[in-house]
Amino acid sequence: MSDSNVAENEVTISVRNLNFYYGDKQVLFDNTLDIAKNKVTAFIGPSGCGKSTHIRCYNRMFSLYKGHRAEGELLLDGENILDPSVPALNLRHRVGMIFQKPTPFPMSIFDNIAYGMKLHGIKDKAETEDRVEKALRGAALWDEVKDMLKKPGTALSGGQQQRLCIARAIAVEPEVILMDEPCSALDPIATTKIEELIDELKQQYTIVIVTHNMQQAARVSDSTVFFYMGKIIEAGNTDEIFTMPKNQQTEDYITGRFG
Amino acid sequence: MASNRQRRIAINSIVMVASTAAAMLGIIMLAWILIDVAIKGLAAINWSFFTELPSPPGMEGGGLGNAILGTFIMTAAAALMAIPAGVLAGTYLAEFGKTHPFANIVRSLSDILVSAPSIVIGVFIYLVIVKTMGNFSGFAGAAALAIIMLPVVVRTTEEMLRLVPNEMREAALALGSPYWRMMLSVIFRAAKAGMITGIMLAIARVAGETAPLLFTALNSPYWSHSLNEPMANLTVTLFNYAMSPYDDWHTLAWGAAFLITISVLVVTIIMRYVVRTRRTQ
Repeated sequence: MSDSNVAENEVTISVRNLNFYYGDKQVLFDNTLDIAKNKVTAFIGPSGCGKSTHIRCYNRMFSLYKGHRAEGELLLDGENILDPSVPALNLRHRVGMIFQKPTPFPMSIFDNIAYGMKLHGIKDKAETEDRVEKALRGAALWDEVKDMLKKPGTALSGGQQQRLCIARAIAVEPEVILMDEPCSALDPIATTKIEELIDELKQQYTIVIVTHNMQQAARVSDSTVFFYMGKIIEAGNTDEIFTMPKNQQTEDYITGRFG
Repeated sequence: MASNRQRRIAINSIVMVASTAAAMLGIIMLAWILIDVAIKGLAAINWSFFTELPSPPGMEGGGLGNAILGTFIMTAAAALMAIPAGVLAGTYLAEFGKTHPFANIVRSLSDILVSAPSIVIGVFIYLVIVKTMGNFSGFAGAAALAIIMLPVVVRTTEEMLRLVPNEMREAALALGSPYWRMMLSVIFRAAKAGMITGIMLAIARVAGETAPLLFTALNSPYWSHSLNEPMANLTVTLFNYAMSPYDDWHTLAWGAAFLITISVLVVTIIMRYVVRTRRTQ
């Protein structure tokens, strides 16, 4: 439960007693957690343990569905983003998200990146072009696509599509990037590229990644949070979680005894 | 064992022959119709067929220019009525109504409407529009065709929107897009090819309808000046001319049949081609 290991860092998101319900069914129980700024935090745990549900509270994606509701406090830079008076559109400007399946929009590579910028009022052509290039460079995709910006986003390979989605997310310059199993649909080489990219991105962004792959969590993250049955069992430094977990359940999971 | 195997081989051959014969029967019938229509219809096709009014029986020349134009106008007017309403209703079903009881009712009703006999829709429009307005009109014809198109457009729109993965919606919303903008700039764009195909096929279908026009647009030997008058159209003209005792009217009827068949065939083939090339991209 403790977050003493990350306490010395600046905190971007503080989760306090987060409970989540699908209709009458409670799926998150009293989640309390701090997410450190400019660090990579990995959520691990068996399928259905609530890690995706938890991450989807950070941009209120759940509000799209009837009967899904969150209780408790979710403070982003001190502001409770679960409060309905915080517009979801503004929140999502600050918190970007990458999904399991790459989701290039049915438009050109350039327009895919420009889409989010347009939403946030950037209309100037030169500025758009600059920022598209910057975003694609930031996602380590520029060299591969610079001669085919007019081609449809779907023409790219799976790994390139996922980096396109990352470029699209960073083009609107969020503070936090959520990644919900971003590599589970990708081959090992594409996965390595994304992992290297995550390492670069944390210079500028706070990253939260949900992963089923414990090696991946160990490779990319600074801190790790272990979820089980909707509860946060243990959170702490990735090195410590993987070498000397304090909790027996955590140890059982990372050593592969269950899950 | 051996006899069992021989029996299986024998049954296999019988079923193969029977199913091939059945398939051939369908293909032969279609080919027969197409060839017959092409041979007899092409004889009627010339410049004046497209540009002139029908001439009285026994007179040289004459064409179906007014009927071609009338069919075109009514089909276009029907599309103008049915497409916006159908796309909006389909969007409601796919995005907002989903499993709501009202959405389920709309969905069932639209399924029933798809299979409603088109003559029933013609009679309905006769009662509602022709009787109240006091005359047959192109507008009534277009309304009847629009009702036939509507459920097809509704269901196509819904199905194509549902084929767009939910992740696409979430990805656009996660960038801070409002729902309406996500629909317009991402989701409709993703569903576009399928929606256009469905709509074109619906248009091709109503362009060949006769029964609903018999009671609504009727027919006319003149050029159409207003949607508020009876309007000439290919299908009813084909019906009347084919039933007439005059040889030159029969020829024009074949010409009309050829034109309708070819238009529907061409639209269908183009749409299939478009769908296929989209898929292989």
